[in-house]
Amino acid sequence: MAKHETPLLDQLESGPWPSFVSDLKHQAEIRAKNEEGVEFQIPQDSVEDLLGVLELSYKHGRTHWKHGGIVGVFGYGGGVIGRYCDQPKLFPGVEHFHTMRVAQPCGKYYKTDFLRQLTKLWDLRGSGVTNMHGSTGDIILLGTTTPQLEEIFYTLTHEMNQDLGGSGSNLRTPADCLGESRCEYACYDSNALCHFLTNEFQDELHRPAFPYKFKFKLDACPNGCVASIARADMSFIGTWRDGIKVDQDAVNKYVENDPAYPPNAGAHKDGNWGPFDIEKEVLSLCPTKCMKFENKTLKIDNANCTRCMHCINTMPRALKIGDDRGLSILVGAKAPILDGAQMGSLLAPFVEVNPENDYEAITEVIENVWDWWMEEGKNRERLGELIMRQGFQKLLEVTGIDPMPQHVAYPRTNPYIFWKEDEVEGGWERDVAEYRKHHLR
Amino acid sequence: MSDLLSNKEESTKAVVDFLTKKAKNKTKFYIKDFYAIFPDDKPRAIKNVINAMVTDGILEFWSSGSTTMYGLKGAGKQHSSEGEE
Repeated sequence: MAKHETPLLDQLESGPWPSFVSDLKHQAEIRAKNEEGVEFQIPQDSVEDLLGVLELSYKHGRTHWKHGGIVGVFGYGGGVIGRYCDQPKLFPGVEHFHTMRVAQPCGKYYKTDFLRQLTKLWDLRGSGVTNMHGSTGDIILLGTTTPQLEEIFYTLTHEMNQDLGGSGSNLRTPADCLGESRCEYACYDSNALCHFLTNEFQDELHRPAFPYKFKFKLDACPNGCVASIARADMSFIGTWRDGIKVDQDAVNKYVENDPAYPPNAGAHKDGNWGPFDIEKEVLSLCPTKCMKFENKTLKIDNANCTRCMHCINTMPRALKIGDDRGLSILVGAKAPILDGAQMGSLLAPFVEVNPENDYEAITEVIENVWDWWMEEGKNRERLGELIMRQGFQKLLEVTGIDPMPQHVAYPRTNPYIFWKEDEVEGGWERDVAEYRKHHLR
Repeated sequence: MSDLLSNKEESTKAVVDFLTKKAKNKTKFYIKDFYAIFPDDKPRAIKNVINAMVTDGILEFWSSGSTTMYGLKGAGKQHSSEGEE
């Protein structure tokens, strides 16, 4: 018998999808039975009360959580988010129900014994409820009390070699795709760069430094499996400078519908698409129309290629990413807080990825951007909003990057170019007498 | 770094005075609010000093989850007002 009646939540279980309500009920039952004899350090019925407070929120149409607090672990300004219930008498099990963010491993690779250790720790010192993974990318541990925080932090850091993630006005835990570990399209080792940035900017991750949150996300190719272009204040997207490598024989195998060369690597083979048509499925879908197929030869005008990846995805055995690889840095993406959702804007079209010199070219851009944002950003203003407020031109100035055609998304839409005096031959001063010789008043 | 910021005692005093003066109306502050106390210094240097004051137990963090603020330790809403020790 459940501790609280939850008719509204029960209704959520009736849909065809996996339900978090069922998961929570399952967890509540496990805690109630406690077959493993865990010495719970927070109330045993906390998950029952979690269901209860959620039911009440649905009934009232408003939240019963209080947001934020001074909770944290010593020396860290992030990683823990205070949560308090405003109905502690009704739901004492969730009176204090703090969230902990734990940094996810690069590419989210786990060993099963690590996961067992983590869940064992969380069953003991927390509610046992997790969110794998939160939209930040972190491992989210939901629900514990203040005295447990330092204990959990100690076990994580000393026994599991595991750090907390970012929250608050910090650098958030950098998130990356699988990169070269699994993927032939990877233009750089996103796991290595993610690990490097996480270590290099430890201070920014743990000690609040910024006007607001700041996110790095890393996609090793423009397919963008972590959608960094939409989700990160600074996204690092793999690219190449030379041409797409073409194997003409393989292209012709695709065109001849050779069964060993299924389009899209066979990803959509169950659909009734008819025979592969290179014109319809590749050439006409190229956003810059930079390809043509004549006399059994595929030609690509690489100067006009925007690295959309469509042709490579469709004919992966015939087309490969180029050899001169690096990454593009885009800045300013964010979810819709002010001015609506924004995608990242291209700041540096090609940056070399060189672990030998500690990714110098990348960290230089990061630090210049941060210096500007820390100085000029208003409280709770994201980088994308600062760029909108002060202009992309200002960003180029502070990063020392010259304007270039790749910065222009749509030409001929903005007639205003603000020249500075030192950019104009002769400056603003002119010889009026000389001018009047040729132009009467 | 300015003389004021590099002198631990004086910078602490300046910060505590600033926060005490405002304590009637406000107990939590953004990092940018501290820039005004040290007009000659870079944000990064100020951040380091302010964070060191948290480690020393003079200030404390308050976090909403998305934004972090700073206040004098013990000022404003505390654990105890949430029924915690």
